[in-house]
Amino acid sequence: MKIKGRSISKGTATGKVLISKQKISFLGAVDPVTGIIVDKTLDIYGKSITDRILVFPGGKGSTVGSYVIYQLKKHGKSPCAMINRSSDTIVAAGAIIAEIPVVDSLEIDLIEAEQIKDDMEVLVNGTEGYIELP
Amino acid sequence: MYLTKEEERIYEGEEGWTKKKAMEILVAIGDINNASELIPIASAHMSGVSYKTIGDAFEFINRLEGRVNVKSTLNPMGMDRERWNEMNITKEFADKQTAVFTAYKNLGIAPVCTCIPYLLEAGAPQKGVHIAWSESSAVLYANSVLGARTNMEGAPSALAAALIGKTPFYGLHQTENRAPEIRICANCDLADSDYSALGFLIGELVGNRIPLIELPSVPSKDELKHLSAAIGATGSVGLYHIRGLTPEAWDIPTEKIVVEEGDVTKFYAVAEEADVIAIGCPHCSSLELQQIHKLLQVESKGRKVKRDFFIFTARAIKQRMQDLVIQIESYGVKVICDTCFVVSPAFEQYKCVLTNSGKMMRYVPLLCGGARVRLCKTEECVRAAF
Repeated sequence: MKIKGRSISKGTATGKVLISKQKISFLGAVDPVTGIIVDKTLDIYGKSITDRILVFPGGKGSTVGSYVIYQLKKHGKSPCAMINRSSDTIVAAGAIIAEIPVVDSLEIDLIEAEQIKDDMEVLVNGTEGYIELP
Repeated sequence: MYLTKEEERIYEGEEGWTKKKAMEILVAIGDINNASELIPIASAHMSGVSYKTIGDAFEFINRLEGRVNVKSTLNPMGMDRERWNEMNITKEFADKQTAVFTAYKNLGIAPVCTCIPYLLEAGAPQKGVHIAWSESSAVLYANSVLGARTNMEGAPSALAAALIGKTPFYGLHQTENRAPEIRICANCDLADSDYSALGFLIGELVGNRIPLIELPSVPSKDELKHLSAAIGATGSVGLYHIRGLTPEAWDIPTEKIVVEEGDVTKFYAVAEEADVIAIGCPHCSSLELQQIHKLLQVESKGRKVKRDFFIFTARAIKQRMQDLVIQIESYGVKVICDTCFVVSPAFEQYKCVLTNSGKMMRYVPLLCGGARVRLCKTEECVRAAF
């Protein structure tokens, strides 16, 4: 099933979904060297975001978070793509410089949707702004 | 967002990878914020210079080619470029920091590392001029005191704007988004670091609403600088107005909060003895250097300072005030350029910092090894040094 959204950062990736219902401040929430979520207040605390399709409402906090996303990519620990309810400038700029595909404003809100669960395989097309569920 | 043919070409990569990336960032931010178009800017100011904060992400900056399109300046880096070996800085950090600085310089950005670009020669933007600045204290000063127009840019978005020479037209660039939304009446006498305390409080009170501030007296430029920095540290708003003073304070919102003397004085309640004194967040102006020198003359009584005492300023200001700086340093005070207490790794061994800065009150506990901060008037900071 194809769900339309908006292109934020170009590129295409397929991977397993990891969903957080909370906004993420990349500076402080994730270890840029291991890709593990270290912010205990997050519902995905302790999980690895590496090579996942990270689904979350959007970013928040320090704008240095953009460079944390870049560091994750440099260490080979970044998500392979991200899906936001509505992307913010921190995630958008970070994903663009790290060349990680991002789509937001999907026709269906994946964070609340029944048809998507953690570990489901999803394709993200950040260039054209859509995703595909199996 | 509408793009001109020329902008489309850059977006498609016809002017190379660097400009393509920069344009992609501007377009994404424009789309997210429903901007109608890109508009030309007169200058850009970039944060994300200290190796302590950006880490290995500077490789991205190293990959960029070409030159910036507008006059651009940098925020403080992690060390004094000339005196880092007198600081608590490792050779490894210094090498990495030099690489970051060189990468920015190679893009044609002025090799000026300060958070007060508006106090440098020809650095103050005119009223109504569009700019793209990061560094919250400078954004607040430029928007509020000078009447220039910038959103609160992040490190990559300010860099992208510098490379293209444009920024998306939304938010504080538009007149209709610059009106005050809440009235803050300060019902007490204010001077010196009281403006740091007031700003800290206002940032907490207003969040992302633009305040119209009513003051009993006219603050100095340096007091406005401290007010701007503290509001930026605790709030997420890029503009304030002061009734009867700042250039756009025309509307009076109905919602009103009164600040009493006790709301300000409670910030001075910390009694802990400090093991270091740090002044210059934001960087000291020439006038502040003169004020500190006078205070040192009064308080010294022939003695040198007995606690570590650092003053942070812009290199251009230090050069302009060379003789005065020599006199200040003769008391055992160190005048450091290009960096500051918060973004340098050289100041993480202290337990309690005495300062006149509200911005330090917010960031030192987070970024400087968990040190506590005690807010004091400048005069008391100097007195405590002896």
